[in-house]
Amino acid sequence: MQAALSAGHYIPHLCYHPEFKPHGSCKLCTVKVGGRTAASCTMPAEAGLNVESNIEEMNGLRRTLVQMLFAEGNHFCPSCEKSGNCMLQALGYDLEVHTAGFRHLYPDRPVDASHPDILLDFNRCILCELCVRASSEVDGKNVFALSGRGITKHLIVNAESGLLKDTDIALTDKAMQVCPVGVILPKRVGFRVPIGKRKYDQRPISAQALDDAPRQADAGDSCAACEGSP
Amino acid sequence: MATDSDRHPADLDLILDRHACDPGALLQILREIQERYGYIAPAAISYLGAKLNIPRARIEGVAGFYSFLHLQPHGEYRVLFSDNITDRMLGNQALMEKMCQQLWLQPGKVSEDGLVSINTTSCTGLCDQGPAMLVNGRAITKLTHQRVQEIGSLIRNRTSLTDWPADFFRVEDNIRRSGPLLDNSIAPGDVLRAALFLSAARPELVEESRGSTGSPRTEIAENIVEAIKQSGLRGRGGAGFSTGLKWEACRNASGSEHYVVCNADEGEPGTFKDRVLLTRQADLVFEGMTLCALAIGAQHGYLYLRGEYRYLLEPLQAILQRRREANLLGKSILGQSGFDFDIVIHLGAGAYICGEESALIESLEGKRGIPRSRPPFPVTHGYLQQPTAVDNVETFCSAALALRMGAENYCAIGTEKSSGSKLISVSGDCPRPGIYEYPFGVSVREVLDDCGAVNARAVQVSGPSGVCVAESEFDRRLGFEDLPTAGAFMVFDDSRDLFEVARNFVHFFAHESCGFCTPCRVGTSMLKQTMDKIAAGHGTQYDLNEIERLDKVLQTSSHCGLGRSACNPVLHTLKHFRPAYETRLKSLDFEPAFDLDGALARARQMTGRDDAGAHLKTEEI
Repeated sequence: MQAALSAGHYIPHLCYHPEFKPHGSCKLCTVKVGGRTAASCTMPAEAGLNVESNIEEMNGLRRTLVQMLFAEGNHFCPSCEKSGNCMLQALGYDLEVHTAGFRHLYPDRPVDASHPDILLDFNRCILCELCVRASSEVDGKNVFALSGRGITKHLIVNAESGLLKDTDIALTDKAMQVCPVGVILPKRVGFRVPIGKRKYDQRPISAQALDDAPRQADAGDSCAACEGSP
Repeated sequence: MATDSDRHPADLDLILDRHACDPGALLQILREIQERYGYIAPAAISYLGAKLNIPRARIEGVAGFYSFLHLQPHGEYRVLFSDNITDRMLGNQALMEKMCQQLWLQPGKVSEDGLVSINTTSCTGLCDQGPAMLVNGRAITKLTHQRVQEIGSLIRNRTSLTDWPADFFRVEDNIRRSGPLLDNSIAPGDVLRAALFLSAARPELVEESRGSTGSPRTEIAENIVEAIKQSGLRGRGGAGFSTGLKWEACRNASGSEHYVVCNADEGEPGTFKDRVLLTRQADLVFEGMTLCALAIGAQHGYLYLRGEYRYLLEPLQAILQRRREANLLGKSILGQSGFDFDIVIHLGAGAYICGEESALIESLEGKRGIPRSRPPFPVTHGYLQQPTAVDNVETFCSAALALRMGAENYCAIGTEKSSGSKLISVSGDCPRPGIYEYPFGVSVREVLDDCGAVNARAVQVSGPSGVCVAESEFDRRLGFEDLPTAGAFMVFDDSRDLFEVARNFVHFFAHESCGFCTPCRVGTSMLKQTMDKIAAGHGTQYDLNEIERLDKVLQTSSHCGLGRSACNPVLHTLKHFRPAYETRLKSLDFEPAFDLDGALARARQMTGRDDAGAHLKTEEI
């Protein structure tokens, strides 16, 4: 993934972030290498690899995965503060997800509005763990973690009450900036930029991702906070 | 009512002290708290977080991952009915319904007085003596209406589990056919002595220079690896990787420590041969592990025992102790200075995915059991990122046996690419369910004849993630050439509905998906929904096509084998038993999954109405 991005080739992704160690859970970045498939964010680059990414087979797979993520949570784009800045929505447009594809699961996920400055809307969580990694690796706070298993897997916060107000999160934390969807939102700044003038309203995500991406990832060893890291 | 653990930090300290406040022992600590208090209270988690110096959210995340750990009070008596298809065929659903009625509660809920909860759990490895259940983690076999009623009364009278009839907890071995493995007359230590004297007939050949090339120690290790390679032994957990090559790679990998791990997380539904090996041949299991330690240069070994086999913990620990006293474990084993090795038993807590070796290692380290991205593989980066040999219970037994017998004799058993014998766990529609040991290469038909199955229609070989073999294929043979198997052999006769078999397996995969990757987490749930839709009579050809499409997504993008095999039960039964599906389909191209009238059921229940006016008329198109 890093090699492809630095060479100017965009590969769709959600849970990958150049500043954190990749763990390969969303599987959006799956590519075809010599007839086999692999998540490109966790696959080491080698000279002479023949990688196929922008082909209908892989894009079809990504379309299905995006449909799955939409069906799994409760995503109501028109009323979401993150609309236009949301990577899931942007990928939905870019990959031409025109139908739901699956029956929606409509999970019951109450919001956490306990914190005076920050709102958590778990309905939109895609379980990418970027906030988990940011809070652990950059902020050194471990505000977020995952609990549950399978389809009941969910984001939790580091407080006995289970409420964000009892954690030491701050507006200035890295964890506040990394959510690709609209789970972690600062309060009282809603709709500052009108819908239609937002990031992915201007240009599709595939045309912008390269501008954001080619920063060198932290070459540190395994991240104790996140799953699947070797 | 379970006492709140925050009022007893002294007890928590006892548990913590027993594990020396080791954050790596987190799962063991949580399991003991669960056993002591019936659940893990929020205050207990905060206390652990402070003592172990782990963020409390991460502890909560670990506890939330395992089915047998509860974060809320879950009843003084926690009843779990094993829900494998074989339990269903023996009538577990009616028994569970009866018990729920008797105790006045709904499945999955705790009774209002906090006394009891009743739910289902994945296969408990007692398919040859089902229907089975777990009560507070203790296995109970051979459930009948009478036994369930007695259990209900014992619970209502709050009788302590220790005072329940011992007969309830009796687990039979049911060995129906034995071979070189089950018939072995190896005394504890025999194999190790043979291995130590392999290179020469000198009793004092190992000296201190651990690992230096050319030392007798190196020669011994190389001889063991060579002997196991020559024996052609392949892993018995299902994948069939060469054991000798694995040990060699692990031995050659550099690390500050090497580890031996025995995978006794026998979770594949329908498999119970490791249960019997751990009951009857535990010495051989430990001998095999110690042999492996000698070969790869390990000082520490772990046996990861599935939580369902909790009742085996004390007997196994007694055997470990006996081996320590016999100088077969501990320092200077058999008087060979520098040959130090000991084994710790680690209990799981209800997670099938921990049978996958890298998830098992995560769990051993006290984390959520999520499979790692591979490579690197455990042989180079396993437990604590050190070289680790992870092998199945039966593999360790077979390795010990192969070494004792000699490679040539061992190779003479079985087939060219599958040497040795294999334990098969037979269950389902046959009069003689139990353990059968065969040389590799035995046909499905021979096994069916031996277990007395009549009118067999299909056999599920190697569990839900394995293969459904139909009557026309009964001449196929068990072995790595044709039908590789971890041991499960579930027989279905002509009265069985193979659609319901597949649906049970699909529910199993959805329940056991770890949830790490999108395709498996969501895909297994979608597959479950589709199968339920077909079962409810709303399925169409469109749904069958969707399953095939879903299979492709899961095959190409799942993180591990669970997702990749999740659609197999459906695809295999569709291939052989398509009519079982088609009779359920509506002849439409598409049928919505949403049942308009069904959605009013709750309203009807609340208003106590069930008249025609309370129903929506469905118009047939």
